[in-house]
Amino acid sequence: MAWPHNPTTPDVAGATTATSGALASTATSGAQATTAPGGALAYTWQRLRDTSARHLLVVGLLCLGIAVLLTAMDGRGFGTKLVYSLCVGVVCTLVVDGVRLALAWSSDRLRRSRGLPPLDSMSGWAGAIPGALLAALLGPALGMALGDAFTGNRSDSLLQWGSASTRITLVLGLLGTVISIVVISSLERLAAARAQAEAAQRQAAETQLRLLQSQLEPHMLFNTLANLRVLIGLQPQQAQDMLDHLIAFLRATLNASRSTMHPLATEFDRVADYLALMAIRMGPRLQVQLDLPEALRQVPVPPLLLQPLVENAIKHGLEPQVAGGEVQVRAFQLGTELHLVVRDTGLGLHAAQSGAAGSHFGLVQVRERLATLYGAAARVTLQDVATTAITTATATNADADADANANANANANANANAPSPAATGVVVTIVMPLATTALPTP
Amino acid sequence: MNTIRCLIAEDEPLLAAGLRAELLALWPALQVAAVVGDGLQAVSQTLALQPQLCFFDIRMPGCTGLEAAQALAEDWPDGPGAAPFPLLVFVTAYDDYALQAFEAQAVDYLVKPLQKARLAACVQRLQARLAAASSGVGGADGAAGAGAAAQPASNEALSRTLDQLRALLGAGAAGAPGAPGAPGAFAGGPGAAPAPPRLAVIQAQVGNLVHLVPVEAVLYFEAADKYVRVVTAEREHLIRQSLRELLPQLDPQAFWQVHRSTVVQARAVASARREESGKVTLTLKGHADKLVASRLYAHLFKGM
Repeated sequence: MAWPHNPTTPDVAGATTATSGALASTATSGAQATTAPGGALAYTWQRLRDTSARHLLVVGLLCLGIAVLLTAMDGRGFGTKLVYSLCVGVVCTLVVDGVRLALAWSSDRLRRSRGLPPLDSMSGWAGAIPGALLAALLGPALGMALGDAFTGNRSDSLLQWGSASTRITLVLGLLGTVISIVVISSLERLAAARAQAEAAQRQAAETQLRLLQSQLEPHMLFNTLANLRVLIGLQPQQAQDMLDHLIAFLRATLNASRSTMHPLATEFDRVADYLALMAIRMGPRLQVQLDLPEALRQVPVPPLLLQPLVENAIKHGLEPQVAGGEVQVRAFQLGTELHLVVRDTGLGLHAAQSGAAGSHFGLVQVRERLATLYGAAARVTLQDVATTAITTATATNADADADANANANANANANANAPSPAATGVVVTIVMPLATTALPTP
Repeated sequence: MNTIRCLIAEDEPLLAAGLRAELLALWPALQVAAVVGDGLQAVSQTLALQPQLCFFDIRMPGCTGLEAAQALAEDWPDGPGAAPFPLLVFVTAYDDYALQAFEAQAVDYLVKPLQKARLAACVQRLQARLAAASSGVGGADGAAGAGAAAQPASNEALSRTLDQLRALLGAGAAGAPGAPGAPGAFAGGPGAAPAPPRLAVIQAQVGNLVHLVPVEAVLYFEAADKYVRVVTAEREHLIRQSLRELLPQLDPQAFWQVHRSTVVQARAVASARREESGKVTLTLKGHADKLVASRLYAHLFKGM
């Protein structure tokens, strides 16, 4: 066999190894690239730094394996084969990653010059394929030249397509590609899964903490306690009721992190607790209307889903409004979807936005939780609605609700044409898949 | 000695009733002139009833207790025969930043839930201050002397309140004209949010048309209900924003707040004339409008 004198084969294998390694790494990096601080270039560079050691180790091991295999086949020249194999492997890795980095940088520049945000995952993909082509062209030749320089040998031309060595080159190259794809991509996938799990855990903990902080907001808590303190002296029975609501509210808040789902009826009870506290505090300035159809009582929902929305309605809509107003919470079914609507006759979105920083936290957090649980199947909409009075629709099916909506629209239109200024308000609607398994109400 | 009258501004009815009951228990001679539930009424009723004491909740609908105090300080009648400026007590459930400001300025404040001992101490302090004010005028007896004698007390309470408000509102307390109405003015909102970016162009919409007005071209901004009037040399626009939202987006070096409802570009002011009431009238370059700087901001227009 001509093998001992032809070090091409392992080198080509090394080249494909490196190439496919780069491909595999970009393939999985796309899934991971949720946030990319500092743009595409910085992100790609960071990815390369994070993964290059692992990739080079895999490439190196594969080159070593090929050198061992070839040496076993003819029993000579292991050192020379290893040198050539590693040279080509390293050259190919450098070429692929260099092209990826260059393309990422230029695409970043291009998008910036057009005023577009930088991409984070596509840049790696865009660079991998031309990088692979370039590496396949340059890698073997450059690697062999490098190997020649190290060993002092003079290799054959790569253009001898008819020779057995070229055929074995192709076979080993294919083998190297498959092995490297499997090894590197599974390594990447493991790392990505681990990172994702960590991120999810971190996010969950953060959300819980922020939920707790927003629920146990000191201003709300101390004002409630102040009311309770007065009420104890005036009407002990009513004070006891208020305390019961407060206890239920606190217990629900502290337990929310533990249970993943609870029945809609329980969610409405917690909202009712909160609203009862607020009704005592705000007196006649707050009117409340809760509407939960019997059929939907057992539907499982994530805990404290409505609560932040009701709190927003009061805090940013009704409390700052001199005349107060009404808040309505209702649930209905529309096809296979559950609709949860929180509507207020407060100041409206414009005024609410100018209020406290973080006034949108409640909404953001509800959106995040729904996205985690239901993905694109759930949505939250926020609307500024001109309305004189809340439509008192008690629809439990699609038709009745369509009627109610038509009425609401008719009212809104009438208001728009009426000379008197229409009151403002906000409607927040959660639409989520209706779960079929009912939860027992505790 | 006249009966001491007080006004309570608190939007939560139970808390208002509770404060009233506990105050009367500690101070039976006290007369509660009015209990109001929002900031706007707090201002109008205090001006109308002229009580000697005011208890203002900080977070109220309409406007905050601090804003109400500012409006009072600006609009309180002055001159011979005017009633002394009321002693203000702020009531808050939990406003960290506000409490710090109060402690620094020693304005009386109460924290909800009200504690009996704390309220009693507050009552004692108020009684002592009222007694000091009336003993200061002790020499002058009779109805004729009362008006003139009340004057120093009025001025003292008012100027003390003005100082405190300047500090609370960040309105350049130490006569630093560089930072009038700096971010933090109208300190009604909870927490100091990070400073929003500076506004370069005002977008004023009329129907389908949006006028772009460079901020430098604006002579002054004036609050008008839910809108702000944007006045330039050529014309004026209305924008649907409050002065409170607008203010942090303006360069405090260039735009000075001179009244709770007026922000003027310093370069546009030609002269400032001090009136007897303590107010300052501003004339503008290239515009006939005259603006009024309130007592709270009059110190911005001292000669160098």
